Amino acid sequence: MDFLNAIVALANYVLIPGIAYGSQLAIGALGVTLVYGILRFSNFAHGDTMAFGTMIVILLTWWLQSLGINLGPLPTALIALPVGILGCIGMVLLTDRLVYRFYREQKAKPVILVIVSMGVMFIMNGVVRLIIGPDDQSFADGERFIISARDFKNMTGLAEGLGIRTTQVLTVVTAVIVVALLFWFLNKTRAGKSMRAYSDNEDLALLSGINPERVVMLTWIIVAALATIAGTLYGLDKSFKPFTYFQLLLPIFASAVVGGIGNPLGAIAGGFVIAFSEVTITYAWKKVLVYLMPEPLEPSGLVQLMSTDYKFAVSFVILLIVLLFKPTGLFKGQST
Amino acid sequence: MTDTVKNTLLFAVVFGLIITSGFFQGWNSAMFILNMGLISAIMALGVNLQWGFAGLFNVGVMGFVALGGLAAILVGMPATPGAFAAGGPGIILALVLGIATIFSAVFTMKKMAPGRTRSLTITAILIFGFFVFRGFLDPNVELIEGINPAQTGYLGGLNPGTAETYKQNGWIMLFAWPVGGLFAAGAAWLIGKAALGLRSDYLAIATLGIAEIIISILKNEDWLTRGVKNVIGIPRPVPYEIDLQSSAVFVDRAASMGFDPVEGSTILVKLLYAVLFAAVLLVLFWLSHRALNSPWGRMLRAIRDNEVAAEAMGKDVTKRHLQVFILGSAICGIAGAMMTTLDGQLTPGTYQPLRFTFLIWVMVIVGGSGSNLGAILGGFLIWFLWVQVEPIGLFVMNIVTSGMAEDSALRAHLIDSAAQMRLLTMGLIMILVLRFSPRGLIPEK
Repeated sequence: MDFLNAIVALANYVLIPGIAYGSQLAIGALGVTLVYGILRFSNFAHGDTMAFGTMIVILLTWWLQSLGINLGPLPTALIALPVGILGCIGMVLLTDRLVYRFYREQKAKPVILVIVSMGVMFIMNGVVRLIIGPDDQSFADGERFIISARDFKNMTGLAEGLGIRTTQVLTVVTAVIVVALLFWFLNKTRAGKSMRAYSDNEDLALLSGINPERVVMLTWIIVAALATIAGTLYGLDKSFKPFTYFQLLLPIFASAVVGGIGNPLGAIAGGFVIAFSEVTITYAWKKVLVYLMPEPLEPSGLVQLMSTDYKFAVSFVILLIVLLFKPTGLFKGQST
Repeated sequence: MTDTVKNTLLFAVVFGLIITSGFFQGWNSAMFILNMGLISAIMALGVNLQWGFAGLFNVGVMGFVALGGLAAILVGMPATPGAFAAGGPGIILALVLGIATIFSAVFTMKKMAPGRTRSLTITAILIFGFFVFRGFLDPNVELIEGINPAQTGYLGGLNPGTAETYKQNGWIMLFAWPVGGLFAAGAAWLIGKAALGLRSDYLAIATLGIAEIIISILKNEDWLTRGVKNVIGIPRPVPYEIDLQSSAVFVDRAASMGFDPVEGSTILVKLLYAVLFAAVLLVLFWLSHRALNSPWGRMLRAIRDNEVAAEAMGKDVTKRHLQVFILGSAICGIAGAMMTTLDGQLTPGTYQPLRFTFLIWVMVIVGGSGSNLGAILGGFLIWFLWVQVEPIGLFVMNIVTSGMAEDSALRAHLIDSAAQMRLLTMGLIMILVLRFSPRGLIPEK
């Protein structure tokens, strides 16, 4: 019984939040890695792109809510999501047209593009704060729990409860669909193949008649969609605040680099590695250990390896270890 | 128009702007802009040293600035009575053990043959070392934080005074500034060792991360910095306004110059700060100017422009990069200590990357990367704009919305959001400069 309780506690506090957070990071990191693979720079504006897309979703959700439209048990934001994606695509394509294209034609060094993306980050951050303000916004509605901790206890008679929130299941389901669609697109369609070819060898791709501007446009469209989905899922699961989205940049970069930057499969793996390390290292293990250890050995403290405020440190240390020992990442990414 | 005339004109315009703002908004706020402008100019010099001379992409400026602030309290505040006796040796022991753990892991890695055994041994050393470290650290931290937590609850600093008299030792702050530089240099050495051999955007990501970590350490290690409870009342190297106002000599002199004592004293204090900061800026500018034109500076620029060729000529690229990374970060640390001195308090919660890292970058880019004079100009100009965009935005919004109804929700929202105009404006300036004048206002020669 104790063993079962320990497993349930572990699932409730570590596994489920970890999987949900990992999926969000993975979708975010996919965006960073695609920009890196095709456009060949680290996009510092990615966090704020996520915030921009999510902002449109939130505004639309509020409007729908005021009209009384909802999806019953599911969050209303799902109806708003496609429009949010379209809005974000528009914004990103506009940015590319006005800002990035000039440097692409000049064949500017990647580091110049990174600095330019810093400017874009400022502007997007400013726009988001201008429109929705710098404060926390909550926009989740619908059924909060699929199974609440109390129902679970009543059902099983265990001392530990297992609560599964709707947003967590939604996150995982969406992530699976998104990733499946993306890989189908990259591997099976002509456009996806041209993207991969362009990423592997630009000159060869140009020689075989691939239109680079089309590839770049496709990439931005996909990146905007991924960013909006990741941002909305994160916002539903936690809450929306422009500054938090900017800070997400660090774990997202860490996921992309750990997995091997430029490699979509690596981005997913990296997302889960980072998410689980953050959750396990900042979780107070006392609850689980109390069930597993014989009474005299029970821990007196919280058995928390590091306080939750150090979660940045966790993603950073993992990033550093991977960079030092395997600079191309767990899955072979682009190292140049 | 020669370069000298043009540069003089540019500086004249910027100082003219600051002086004009003095006429409209009062001399106190103009002096504030000038003082922070001096500090920003120093930070911009530091970043310019790294980016302009050597092409190193450091986005962890905030962390180095915050380390300077840490130095300001560790040097300037008085030691908390009994705190060191309670937990000091234990904490030092814990830190030594922590460092020993890392060194033994590195040593093991170098000595053992690669393979699974080595990975397992290193992991075991690290895990064991971490628990020993926490085992020694935690109880001592509790002891220190338990001492009068509402007032102190931290170790305090090196100021020889007591809680009542420490403010008389304001001179000690002048020593805190170079210490801030040393702290930042130490951190830069660590990061540089790990990340400088890698590709340029990895250095960017690594510095971005380390800055966040430094801030979270300052926020959470209450025994060192009081965390988010903030350290206030840091002593000053200049006199206090209250003392000036009660001194008859000063009141007479202020009256003869047409100032009332309150206004006169606040302006005098800010003026004294300005003199101190300007002295530091001039020294650092002179040093960087000499460095830029020395063989060392030429070598750095050669490395920046063509790393492969420079390496082929026998230059040690990684070592030079490490050197300049440490120097630039140290300058940011000095500026950080100066800023904390000016504020008189350390508030870890206020360090934000957009303000302390990316804004400095805008200064360097706008001023002209690779040009020291440009970095200084950019520091003043961008800081002036950063302060003034808010009132200007409010003014514009008031005009734009003047036609709308008084109770219109859109009007209220637009006026509220004027405060958020800063980031947008800075981003626009940066992108426009990068596009149409990528070499900045004062280009590198």
